Amino acid sequence: MTIDTVKHAETTPDQEQPFRELGLKDDEYARIREILGRRPTDAELAMYSIMWSEHCSYKSSKVFLRKFDESLTDEMRSKMLAGIGENAGVVDIGDGWAITFKVESHNHPSYVEPYQGAATGVGGIVRDIIAMGARPLAVMDSLRFGKADAPDTRRVLPGVVAGVGGYGNCLGLPNIGGEVVFDESYAGNPLVNALCVGVLRTEDLHLAHASGAGNKIILFGARTGLDGIGGVSVLASDTFAGDDGGGKRKKLPAVQVGDPFTEKVLIECCLELFQEGIVVGIQDLGGAGLSCATSELASAGDGGMHVYLERVPLRATGMTPAEILSSESQERMCAVVAPENVDAFMAVCGKWDVIASEIGEVTEGERLVITWNDEVVVDVPPRTVAHEGPVYNRPIERPADQDALVANGPESLARPTEPADVLKTVLTMAASPNLSSRRWVTQQYDRYVRGGTVLAQPSDAGMIRIDEETNRGIALATDCNGRFTKLDPYAGAQLALAEAYRNVSVSGATPIAVSDCLNFGSPEDPAVMWQFERAIQGIIDGCRELGIPVTGGNVSFYNQTGSTAILPTPVIGVLGVIDDVRRRIPTGIGAEAGETLLLLGDTRDEFGGSEWAHHVHGHLGGVPPKVDLARERLLGEVLLAGSRDGMVSAAHDLSDGGLAQALVEACLIGETGARVFLDSEQDAFTQLFSESAGRVLVAVPRSEELRFTDMCTARQLPWRKVGVVDPESESLEFQDLGQLPLGELRAAWEGTLPALFD
Amino acid sequence: MSVRVGVITFPGTLDDVDAARAARYAEAEAVPLWHGDPDLKGVDAVIVPGGFSYGDYLRCGAIARFAPVMDSVIEAAGKGMPVLGICNGFQILCEAGLLPGALIRNSGLHFVCKDQWLKVENNTTAWSSRYELGAEILVPLKSGEGGYQATQSTVDELEGEGRVVFRYVGDNPNGSRDGIAGVTSANGRVVGLMPHPEHAIDALTGPTDDGLGMFLSLMDEVVNA
Repeated sequence: MTIDTVKHAETTPDQEQPFRELGLKDDEYARIREILGRRPTDAELAMYSIMWSEHCSYKSSKVFLRKFDESLTDEMRSKMLAGIGENAGVVDIGDGWAITFKVESHNHPSYVEPYQGAATGVGGIVRDIIAMGARPLAVMDSLRFGKADAPDTRRVLPGVVAGVGGYGNCLGLPNIGGEVVFDESYAGNPLVNALCVGVLRTEDLHLAHASGAGNKIILFGARTGLDGIGGVSVLASDTFAGDDGGGKRKKLPAVQVGDPFTEKVLIECCLELFQEGIVVGIQDLGGAGLSCATSELASAGDGGMHVYLERVPLRATGMTPAEILSSESQERMCAVVAPENVDAFMAVCGKWDVIASEIGEVTEGERLVITWNDEVVVDVPPRTVAHEGPVYNRPIERPADQDALVANGPESLARPTEPADVLKTVLTMAASPNLSSRRWVTQQYDRYVRGGTVLAQPSDAGMIRIDEETNRGIALATDCNGRFTKLDPYAGAQLALAEAYRNVSVSGATPIAVSDCLNFGSPEDPAVMWQFERAIQGIIDGCRELGIPVTGGNVSFYNQTGSTAILPTPVIGVLGVIDDVRRRIPTGIGAEAGETLLLLGDTRDEFGGSEWAHHVHGHLGGVPPKVDLARERLLGEVLLAGSRDGMVSAAHDLSDGGLAQALVEACLIGETGARVFLDSEQDAFTQLFSESAGRVLVAVPRSEELRFTDMCTARQLPWRKVGVVDPESESLEFQDLGQLPLGELRAAWEGTLPALFD
Repeated sequence: MSVRVGVITFPGTLDDVDAARAARYAEAEAVPLWHGDPDLKGVDAVIVPGGFSYGDYLRCGAIARFAPVMDSVIEAAGKGMPVLGICNGFQILCEAGLLPGALIRNSGLHFVCKDQWLKVENNTTAWSSRYELGAEILVPLKSGEGGYQATQSTVDELEGEGRVVFRYVGDNPNGSRDGIAGVTSANGRVVGLMPHPEHAIDALTGPTDDGLGMFLSLMDEVVNA
């Protein structure tokens, strides 16, 4: 095997290199040559091409993402311990506890290989959390698929769900929530966004630094193989054709294969290493593998780094330096360890049967030097690989058809007016793929492991107790309605933020931070960049108004079915804190004898982008519901006060499907009937199905009703009594319309997904 | 007197923290035991918890059964020490020959996590004396390979001797023979079940606190011994 060394590169400046096949543009390649003052070696080219990819470098989004930091107020900054740019954001939640959380996409691999794509998505985000020095606490997943009854959805969805479950269950992390949404735009490009949340003591925060010359670099976890090499295989086939005795190299799938058992052991091993205090810095190996880990660790430190690549434990023979550097084999971590602690480090790894190898050291100087059997194959300034990649100001243009889309409002859609038709619509909507019970999916996820789960699906938010002594806990919710974002990306992103914020509030927790996963089409399409720019601005302005920072996240571009971009889907995850999880607010009604149902907020005639327009009419047009973030904040404060003073016995956010769906779910989850009184001033259909934002259905014990409504009135939060809970009743009754037996509702709500996917 | 309950951790064990918490809720002292260490540390009873020991590679429980600690558990069980296997622990006890039968893939072919009603069919074991005979309890079930299988003669023997401890109520969630959720050894000291009583010790974090009875039963057993 001939290795392309730095020395060889210096003497062969004109050698053709397959940089275009690796995704580099001509000017990007020229810039690499300028940085190095020569042509890159194969290994260097592999590193730059991966690290300068859209996925790793954020080259199209960087100019926008900078605005997140610039927009932080003192209020927002006050609880942030780490923000965008670290593996995951970290916030202080009091009592010496810190929480780290992040959402990340694994969309494209999940289309190619649903099970492994989803599984390794979970594995990757969990390692991001460990790399902050935290114990992973729970996972959530936000999933989007093509039409529920499309043949390919039957291939993709069961595989993705089994992958999320297969990996997460084996790691021992409760899955506490998420989303499953169907829309035709995701048919050829499902979204698999995985969220992980972890906990640590504030003093134990580990940032990825390679400081201190002489410190050792230790690679530990799984061996490095040929899986997930993807594009870099062109280097092997072009440059090394025939090196293996003429035979073709065995092609391995570009999607990595996960081994959750190895990851579980790796988690426990890392936690013990943190506890022993023998880690200076730590970095996970995810996308871009060692290329990313070594260049990022070296960039973040105060020196250079020397890596001896031949020391990397391999699981394939004949791997080239470029392949080793770009392999995305899963379940690997890289640590920086002081020389005197190496033995102790190895002992902990030995206890957990984790393979660990000292592959290099921190050096004086500013170069990342990688050798292969004493020959230099990489010699680069690490920041140019990790952080100083290209930055693009992509053209932005409002889509030509946006005006037509907005003009085509839902006003002309036929609405049910007869009582029987309205009732039938309640059933139809409850059984629609997007509103029906997610039980078929969530039943495949372990929500109990580790014994801290206080709320999980089908609750609006997941909630985990983090301290058994004090009962302090956290709540999490993820949301996005891509139809709203399509109609108005700015308002749509704010509605996603508002919904996640509200979902955390209805659990009784106080929202404190945001992580986002921005899924969009091609950044080379000016119309997509317009959606992206507007959505980001919406999130930034929204977060300022709500006073909570975005602490991290992920951008995923090039999501399209054929040449059509997906609905713009900025998934927003909101983290909340609750000082005592025993006062959590459940979603189901009927926990206490004699409850009154109140609707908080205003209901307007708002059907643009609604689930009703989508499911019943296949319509998308008009404008999304009005955003009022001050109202969302007020709602949060009222729910918090209600929870603190024991005035609220259940609460459920109103979103897709409106009041009707909220009532159906509150009854079915609580296994209790209710009688609903509609307002004679407004038509029944609008009251039941409008998706006006800023609304919550609450159940209050009759004894607390007056106190609670007085508080709402005093704080100028509109409220209306909409019914009473009736534990004796087996039906959901709408005054003047008729009643629906709970059994019939349950069959409609729970029957849809099993019928489609069993 | 303090009752010491050992909780084994294998690589890939997940519910060891939960089992230890359940023991503490019953006011026992939870003692961590390590798969590679045959020392049982003088415990009065052992819980083999749930999870995916050794990744469940090869076959659930097949590798864990050969861990050094299991030799000690088998020996101690032979002398009458109470042993409880939950989920993966049940699978391990079956592989180790401490309990009859085997667990196979759920009949629905999916991992199932749900709150499951169980009927108490034997309240004379070391782990079930606190329950009324015929009582129905609600505890989580969460497993992909929870279908209990045994030969007809073994099932006849178990049923005949009253060694079925728990049976699923309502729809059979995983295709177990005769709806068997948990069984016991001939002397009633070793119990294995697929559902998770350790996840039902507090209505805050579980569906009920119905599972706590198993750990309180053990306390009675050890203290009154």
